[in-house]
Amino acid sequence: MNDEAFQTPGVLTSRLDAAIGWARKYSIFQYPFVTACCGMEYMSTAASHYDMDRFGAGLPRFSPRQADVLMVVGTISHKMSPVLKRIYEQMTDPKWVVAFGVCTCTGGFYDDYATVQGIDTIIPVDLYIPGCPPRPEAVLQGLMLLQEKIRKQGAGSGRQQP
Amino acid sequence: MSERIREALSGLLRAELLAFEGSGEEAQARVPVSRVRDALIALRDGLGFNMLVDLTACDLLRYPVSHQVGVTDPCQATQGDAWKEKNVTHERFELTYRLLSLDPESGLLGGRFAVKCRVSDGEIGPPSIRDLWPVADWLERELWDMFGVRFSDRPDIRRILLYEEFVGHPLRKDYPINKRQPLLASRLKADGEGISPAELRPKLVP
Repeated sequence: MNDEAFQTPGVLTSRLDAAIGWARKYSIFQYPFVTACCGMEYMSTAASHYDMDRFGAGLPRFSPRQADVLMVVGTISHKMSPVLKRIYEQMTDPKWVVAFGVCTCTGGFYDDYATVQGIDTIIPVDLYIPGCPPRPEAVLQGLMLLQEKIRKQGAGSGRQQP
Repeated sequence: MSERIREALSGLLRAELLAFEGSGEEAQARVPVSRVRDALIALRDGLGFNMLVDLTACDLLRYPVSHQVGVTDPCQATQGDAWKEKNVTHERFELTYRLLSLDPESGLLGGRFAVKCRVSDGEIGPPSIRDLWPVADWLERELWDMFGVRFSDRPDIRRILLYEEFVGHPLRKDYPINKRQPLLASRLKADGEGISPAELRPKLVP
């Protein structure tokens, strides 16, 4: 039994919180924002061999309005950045962002005039998965860390208010 | 093959054919900016070079003067930073038009040829050839985007890969390698909305 569930503010609401966190954790609807070679590794992770569906993340939605995890997979250029921000803003709360691959984390080796030096300069990021590209095992580990984050967040939106 | 091309080009350009180098697939001709278009028309219509494979440029900012066309005195070769005084006003950009023959009746089927010309910084470049090969439209826009080379009859040329807010031309040798021009910052300033820095800060898993 989880001790956190019995802390204030009351048994009923905190159990509801835990239940919502648990439910959200296993129903991740991702929006794959695939722009580069990391997409191959994303496909590999999603397909039957590694099978992302085991974690309840098996249904990518190709509309941001139906998704709650934005997977940014691949290099983001400055010219692309307004599009990425707009996609993020179209998603409804609660929403999380995964920076998939080193290009999205820091710009990677694209230390140049065209590439955004990490997507966290544009949108808030919840999870960073480095690698060029990350192996499917790394992606799955990242996915489990994200699940843990979602579970602990419970019913809250998780966003710091500006 | 290259003898036929050399004869055709020297017949057309005479003394304005600055150089004819190489043979086979590496054959190339250097011509003045004003005659590029004539040379390309002759190659396309007279010799069957009916495909423009590429149009690209090279920034010769730090290129030694001794390698410039027409300079024969090796003592003019520059060392170290001497190019800054000697070399800034020379013809800085070398444009390369790469052609391929796909015309079986020309006798040069599969042959390749390059036409090169040099343009100074700030000088208007050769006339556009987008009426000869439609693909040249985008290639010329790319040259403007990356090198800042203009074409004489395209005064309103637009960028193609970068955005209009971008300042400068990134493939120039003097473009600072670490200069960043984020697009979003300028767009956000315009519409007055955005995500606060506090929100962008990464949050650790508790």
